[in-house]
Amino acid sequence: MRAIRLSFEAIDRRLEDAASTLGASGPWVFLTVTLPLALPGVIAGMVLAFAKALGEFGATITFVSNIPGETQTISSAIYSLIQTPDGDTAAARLVIISIVIAMSALIASEWFARRATKRLHGN
Amino acid sequence: MLHVDVGKHLGEFSIEASFTSEGRVTGLFGASGSGKTSLISMIAGLLKPDRGIIALDGETLDDTDARVHVPSHRRRIGYVFQDARLFPHLNVAQNLDYGRRMNRLAQDPAQRGRVTDLLDIGHLLDRRPGKLSGGERQRVALGRALLSKPRLLLLDEPLGSLDEGRKVEILPYLIRLRDEGIPMVYVSHDAAELRQLATQIVMLRHGKVTAFGGVKVLTPPS
Repeated sequence: MRAIRLSFEAIDRRLEDAASTLGASGPWVFLTVTLPLALPGVIAGMVLAFAKALGEFGATITFVSNIPGETQTISSAIYSLIQTPDGDTAAARLVIISIVIAMSALIASEWFARRATKRLHGN
Repeated sequence: MLHVDVGKHLGEFSIEASFTSEGRVTGLFGASGSGKTSLISMIAGLLKPDRGIIALDGETLDDTDARVHVPSHRRRIGYVFQDARLFPHLNVAQNLDYGRRMNRLAQDPAQRGRVTDLLDIGHLLDRRPGKLSGGERQRVALGRALLSKPRLLLLDEPLGSLDEGRKVEILPYLIRLRDEGIPMVYVSHDAAELRQLATQIVMLRHGKVTAFGGVKVLTPPS
């Protein structure tokens, strides 16, 4: 959420003024200037939020418990497997998968954030 | 005809300005901090006056007594900012086309060709603003404002952010523009620039009009 808000706040209000002197009303200024400029930042924020949701453990266990195939998440599945005898290999597999997902989310988010900066500078 | 009679408080600073200009190019002259930019922001509708009237060609744009405030997007007043303010996510062609799209005007390739020729920006159409020089950026900003077919063009120190060489590069375009007959309000703190461009001068000091008349008011009495 913070990343998304920051990307909107980074938009230069002076560009919005310029748009309005060119005949764009409020909603059009938002659609044609504010949103397109903020978009890469918004996507970066959403990817990060997704990655963070993967790691959520406490809230999942507390509110929807840990039902395989229904409310089980990667982190709660790892937890269950560790509790099971001979579950170590399966748990290790899931750990590797979650590391891969987290790393790619981070790289994707970084890529979008860089695009956002580039866009703001008009290159 | 542009009629302005407004008051506005901006923190410690206040503006009380009144003038009526029939001139094709009205030069707003004053040192930095004299209220020039605030004044044209009010003409553009970006800043609301605390009191007073702004009228253009008989149409009231602001009248605080009658609670009239025409929003900037309906004024059809072009504004060329000192820092160009091109949209960084659009290329030059899309920047130029923005005003036409927003005002829902028909495509006018002839007018577009004329403006791009006048400003020599035809070869830049595919570029992004980040890849333009300061002078090119300012020319595109001029073209963008012109193509929205404004009734009045406001220019806020369009040469202010450019070095001497670039100024010499842009000035002829501005003179061409003036000779096209579009009414302009030209803001500058450079008397030499205004002597070349303006037909009438409004001199501002600490938010107040101290002199009004032909370009001769720029020459201090000796």
